Amino acid sequence: MDMQAGYLITIEEFCAKHDIEESFISSLQETGLIEITTIEENDFIPADQIQQLEKFIRFYYELDINLEGIETISHLLQRVNALQEEIIQLRNKLGLYE
Amino acid sequence: MAFIDYYKVLGIEKSASSKEVKDAYRKLARKYHPDLNPNNQEAKSNFQQINEANEVLSDPEKRKKYDQYGKDWEHAEEFEKQQQQQQSQRSGSRDATYSGGASQSDFSDFFESMFGGSSGGSRRQSKFRGDDYSTEIHLELTEAYKTHKQTLSVNGKNIRITVPAGVENRQIIKIPGHGGPGVNGGPNGDLYITFTVTNDQVMKRLGNNLFCNVELDLYTAVLGGEITIDTLDGKVKLKVKPETQQGTKVNLKGKGFPVYKNEGMFGDLQITYTVRIPTNLTDKQKSLFEELRNSC
Repeated sequence: MDMQAGYLITIEEFCAKHDIEESFISSLQETGLIEITTIEENDFIPADQIQQLEKFIRFYYELDINLEGIETISHLLQRVNALQEEIIQLRNKLGLYE
Repeated sequence: MAFIDYYKVLGIEKSASSKEVKDAYRKLARKYHPDLNPNNQEAKSNFQQINEANEVLSDPEKRKKYDQYGKDWEHAEEFEKQQQQQQSQRSGSRDATYSGGASQSDFSDFFESMFGGSSGGSRRQSKFRGDDYSTEIHLELTEAYKTHKQTLSVNGKNIRITVPAGVENRQIIKIPGHGGPGVNGGPNGDLYITFTVTNDQVMKRLGNNLFCNVELDLYTAVLGGEITIDTLDGKVKLKVKPETQQGTKVNLKGKGFPVYKNEGMFGDLQITYTVRIPTNLTDKQKSLFEELRNSC
């Protein structure tokens, strides 16, 4: 699976490889958690979304977390990442005075 | 090699049913799964341990072997040989083990010795993604200033990367596909490089801006003049205004740090002037200063 940005993989192929239902992908799209690209009536997953999507698959199929839970976790993880970024920035700023 | 009490790891009694094992495991997996604990090595390590505990305790044969030999697991090989003919090849159950990007190498030495590696109980065992690797690169401020190539050794392989100018301290760059190899046709993991950029003795960096102190002799500070300062981009001539005060800040636009992945864009360089008072004055100089004081 090519992970370079700009590449596309069909939903059908992705679901077959991961042994998951296509409806799961549709649900994620409906909640705005992932974006799907449609070209000539065929649905594709952009390569830059795959890592995120695989994470959602693990949440749903392995940890038994439902879609509402995934949505909540996704928001919280975004905040965790933003806070971690901020900590790095603040540490760098602190370095100016040390 | 230390014995690992898998029951203790999952927080269950030795008599726990398979459902209790599964429930305990699921509860802990939700707590420590690496996807839910970004950049948390402690959680990753806990997750690996509970994954390993589940691998053993959710498999009746492995659990039997573990229960039978416990701390004397080193004798398990003999047991294994005796039982080999009776054992049939087991296939992994659908949700026996959570992947979390883990691979066989995530199992402890204890586990490897006793069971010879993971049975691959994951529901997606055929498409295991390889391990993500992480490494650190230390750069001096002057090195981070310019785009350059660097070779690093990761798990015995040499990888040549381009370090873009302007990389930030503690910035993490992902090199896709340069992590551990995938298992059974799964994709390779990724390589995460954390850059540590140490501040210079003279120049301090904050984001794309640089800060430095420049000493001015008293005469230039009072009367004004021209000075030459060293920047990361070479020498720069500056005009100093007459009557420049101690602590005066001057902003040099575009003389700061390069903006990451924005070629030709630079931050600013902020100079703070420190006025140096002359010492070891001659009698004549002292008298001239006296004259100055009296004229005020």
